[in-house]
Amino acid sequence: MDLKYTPEEQEFRARVRAFFEAELPADIRDRMRLGKRIRKEDMVRWQHILFRHGWGAVMWPAHFGGTGWNVIQQHIFEEERADIGAPPQNAFSLKMLAPVLMTFANSAQQEYFLPRILAGEDWWCQGYSEPGSGSDLASLRTSAVRHGDHFLVNGQKTWNTFGQYADWIFCLVRTSAEGRPQQGISFLLIDMKSPGITLKPITMLDGEHEINEIWFDNVQVPVENMVGDENKGWTYAKFLLTHERTNNAGIGSCKRALNKLKEIAAEQIAYGRPLIDDTRFRDRIAQVELELMALEITNLRVLSATADESRALGPEVSVLKIKGSEIQQTLAELQMQALGPDALPYVREALEMDWTADPVFAEHYRPYAPPLSGQYFNLRKTTIYAGSTEIQKNIIAQLILGL
Amino acid sequence: MDFSYSNEQLALQETLQRFIGRDYGFERRRELTRSALGFSAGAWAQYADLGLLSLPFPEQFGGLGGNAVDVMLVMELVGRGLLLEPFLSTIVMCGGLIRDSASDELKRTMLPRIGAGEIKLALACCEAAGRYELSRVACAAVRSGGGWRLSGQKTVVLDAPSADYFLVSARTGGDAADARGIAVFLVAREAAGVTTLAYPTQSGGRAADVRLENVAVDANALIGTPETGLAVVERAVDRGIAALCAEAVGIITALNEATLNHLKTRKQFGVPIGNFQALQHRMADMFIAAEQARSMAVIAAVHADSDDAAERRRAASGAKAYIGQAARLVGQQAVQMHGAMGVVDDLIVSHYFKRLTMIDMSLGDVDFHLARFSDRLA
Repeated sequence: MDLKYTPEEQEFRARVRAFFEAELPADIRDRMRLGKRIRKEDMVRWQHILFRHGWGAVMWPAHFGGTGWNVIQQHIFEEERADIGAPPQNAFSLKMLAPVLMTFANSAQQEYFLPRILAGEDWWCQGYSEPGSGSDLASLRTSAVRHGDHFLVNGQKTWNTFGQYADWIFCLVRTSAEGRPQQGISFLLIDMKSPGITLKPITMLDGEHEINEIWFDNVQVPVENMVGDENKGWTYAKFLLTHERTNNAGIGSCKRALNKLKEIAAEQIAYGRPLIDDTRFRDRIAQVELELMALEITNLRVLSATADESRALGPEVSVLKIKGSEIQQTLAELQMQALGPDALPYVREALEMDWTADPVFAEHYRPYAPPLSGQYFNLRKTTIYAGSTEIQKNIIAQLILGL
Repeated sequence: MDFSYSNEQLALQETLQRFIGRDYGFERRRELTRSALGFSAGAWAQYADLGLLSLPFPEQFGGLGGNAVDVMLVMELVGRGLLLEPFLSTIVMCGGLIRDSASDELKRTMLPRIGAGEIKLALACCEAAGRYELSRVACAAVRSGGGWRLSGQKTVVLDAPSADYFLVSARTGGDAADARGIAVFLVAREAAGVTTLAYPTQSGGRAADVRLENVAVDANALIGTPETGLAVVERAVDRGIAALCAEAVGIITALNEATLNHLKTRKQFGVPIGNFQALQHRMADMFIAAEQARSMAVIAAVHADSDDAAERRRAASGAKAYIGQAARLVGQQAVQMHGAMGVVDDLIVSHYFKRLTMIDMSLGDVDFHLARFSDRLA
């Protein structure tokens, strides 16, 4: 038991840091630092840079082209990424779909899709939720009926993130109405250029276009685009969700958000002195910092245990998901509250780099201010997506505690 | 970074677990709480045989050279077994203080005897007006001949009734709240002018107020310098805090097991009450709290051996504040979900709950440590 980083780990961190310092484009870094809108081209450009360096997939095993790093190295990479302000990579491709392909897909699928994900050639999105199937995901009704060498897909998906950028979508579809709802689901990979797909934006409460509805009208999907066995898709879906939830801990991003919160609280003036000197506000920062200190270690304990026992992640990631999402929300809330009345203005253009505030306005309107309220509103999603907090508690109660 | 235990640590854990299962059942413990001594002298001797009492001391002084993680392992089981013996006072805090801060000569005379179970010590660091502030010391130390004379009153000295020696913080100069001008003295219980008012504690242990009236000690009773004893006491108390955090985690884990078992076996409305989602989600909250509390106890333990006082204090206070809140959640919910069974003396649940609560009230509560953490927010 030792929480100190070994000399090798410290050297590794320095190497990661040096790479980021040298290779992260300044314009992307600025957008991240100031909370501006992050564009697809930023993420793709960054993925290309990482790929050229051999770091395209830090959580993949080496034989699939990943770095083969252990959990501590991955943690260090993520911490440094967030700290310097590099954009996240596309989690749908790299962290959710890829583990499913590595574990359940045939070699032809692996050989075609994985290298393209790694190189940043394909942008993937997720087709899970439906209007009538949220927490009760297994009740989904989008159907795939087999006609010779292809499926015909009909139905509607919703809450799809960044589908407007996507080349491909991985979908849960119903291939059988027999037995329990979980038993008739299959896992399909669908080309977003297929005729019959219609995408309609949904504006979120922060005014941003992040999610979509997607309609499938007699969309033809080749049979070879099914992953694993027909009607076994629920198993793959649960496997994927476990991986998704691990990423939700977001320790690195939370640390960055905490530091930013302290900076804002030191800069804002309340009662004639820095807000951070107000014990009532500072104690709330202290409380969330304690949660984050604990979660960082809990996260590493969970990941190390699974690595030591050479097993897949299990239901314990629900703990990480619940705590991680709550901490993200609290940090965003405190950042907004630190602004006081300056939390009110809504300036949509402020999310673009070239926006400059009217000088009068800028007096009390800091560069970081415009995105903060929006960020608070936006992050209410974190305790709802990827299995709501209530679903995570069901999972803990049933799968860990045996209730 | 490494989150695994060594084979020696796992063996130690297993030995102590076996001892608790065999010799320290709930009924046996209840008898001990009612006995004159308040703990088991036989168990103390067994701990000595097992090496527990010399665990954290250097090998040159007859110890096993263990670290704070070893202590964490032991304390977690002290919690699970609700052990009453003065391990925290004698070994962790006073033994730790002597190891960290005493002269080699004093270490040579004291540590082997502590390790053999021959003598017990108690840390007399709190006073009525000081609450949890270790710097608020009125007890006076005045030079006299070649030695010192001590006068004052220390309150709620844990495990004082059975102690052979006290480690007493006393003021050699400055005002009552000054950080400087505090010294630590080793005082024999038998010394003329020492009287104790002993009482049981809410969680079954023993404590006492210790009165010192013109107590004469010689020069080598002083540990450290006459001016800088506060740092000496704080270091010992930080060790104690880390140990209490581990004890709390042991209890939280045990309480969660007991509550889960109750949810699965207690039937109402024809089904186990664990079928109800209202209770399932609370149990999930308790599980999460336990995992997070365990992480904080690890943070406190790995920093407890650190020479960097600021880093150590940040870890200790952070952990104590966090675990105090987790303990409150788990303790109160465990009692609540046991229903009326939770509020009787016959079940171990209420004893776990009381110990958890008193851990929060010892060596600084949630508010005290949250303030200490918050005031030094990095």
